[in-house]
Amino acid sequence: MASGELTSSAYIKHHLQNLTFGKFPDGHWGFAHTSQEAADMGFMAVHVDTLGFSFVLGALFLFFFARAAKKASIEAPSGFQNFVESIVDFIDENVRGSFNGKNPLVAPLALTTFIWIVLMNTMDLVPVDWLPTLFAAMGVEYLKVVPTTDPNATFGMSIGIFILILYYSIKEKGLGGFAGELTLHPFGKWMLPANLFLEGVNLLAKPVSLALRLFGNMYAGEMIFILIALLPFWIQWSLSLPWAIFHILIVLLQAFIFMTLVIVYMDMAHQKEH
Amino acid sequence: MNINLTLIGQTIMFAMFVWFCMKFVWPPLVEAMAARKKAIEDGLKAAELGKEEHALAQKNAEDLIETSKTQAAEIIANADKQASVMIDNAKGAASEEADKIKAQAKSELDQEVVKARNELRDQVSTLVMQGVNSVLDKEVDSKTHKDMLSKLSQSL
Repeated sequence: MASGELTSSAYIKHHLQNLTFGKFPDGHWGFAHTSQEAADMGFMAVHVDTLGFSFVLGALFLFFFARAAKKASIEAPSGFQNFVESIVDFIDENVRGSFNGKNPLVAPLALTTFIWIVLMNTMDLVPVDWLPTLFAAMGVEYLKVVPTTDPNATFGMSIGIFILILYYSIKEKGLGGFAGELTLHPFGKWMLPANLFLEGVNLLAKPVSLALRLFGNMYAGEMIFILIALLPFWIQWSLSLPWAIFHILIVLLQAFIFMTLVIVYMDMAHQKEH
Repeated sequence: MNINLTLIGQTIMFAMFVWFCMKFVWPPLVEAMAARKKAIEDGLKAAELGKEEHALAQKNAEDLIETSKTQAAEIIANADKQASVMIDNAKGAASEEADKIKAQAKSELDQEVVKARNELRDQVSTLVMQGVNSVLDKEVDSKTHKDMLSKLSQSL
């Protein structure tokens, strides 16, 4: 918010703009200075803030968990070790409950998804102006601190999940089996086009709904924080505190839903008979 | 809110994180937890077993004590019986011996009496013979009356 004229809509727009680095229409690469410039870059651009924050958070998660894993022994765990193990236990229980196949990928996948999303969502609880103001002081014009409010991040994950669904469907059922699943249900082979349409929608809805659900929830939550931040500073707490407390629930709930659906989708991909 | 290369970047990042988690985070944690769970289970089982063994040993010990007690009582009873038998035997033997000694003493006494009487008789008869000799020295031939005298001494 380097500019002097500070309208509400400008403030909100500024908060919703990612720090974009990309290829300008004239061919050179650089940071976008306005939303219009960022939009003009099209596909050949990256959101530095989304990538940066999600990478830092994921790396933190893996660093601490890997350290706990290295220290893990038969002795009684304590402190952070205990915390990590209780999370692992929780994930393991969920995977055992929902996933009937045998695949060493699923549980780590669920753990990574859950913790990473929790951490990314938690960035929403940092007061909306802190980090953008801090980075603005260092000359960064735009900053969105919550990676999960960027559809690129949520779709990035759900595309990964989608690839895994396709891979394991074909691997477990064979190409024919998977094609049969897509075309011979629910109406029998004489209604093949209808079947393909329905099952295709069903298949595509998985990644789309995964990504949009998480994105929508976090985007809406952040939007409300931004709106609350428009109030006079002395009254903000009366709304931001209850919303933040409620938001803790959403942070965990959305991560849990995402993880559970990932497990369920992986289970469906592994089920041979349908 | 533009869809752009970030999408692919995030997918790659996600894949890397999952790979790292699957390689370095999940397996050691799960293994350690499983090992601990097994150790605890084994420990509990061993404790249970130990308890059972302890109970069994205690029962055995009690049985042993019980049998030893009865055995000891038996031994004492036997010993008592044997002792009383021995006392009885000793008593019998002693009284027998006493009887024997008494009988021997009596027979010796009797012999002594007979002997003394015989001696006394001999002496008396000698004395009588001397008296008679001295009285009848002249009138009676000792040779002729010897038979009569010995008859006399015999009948004394």
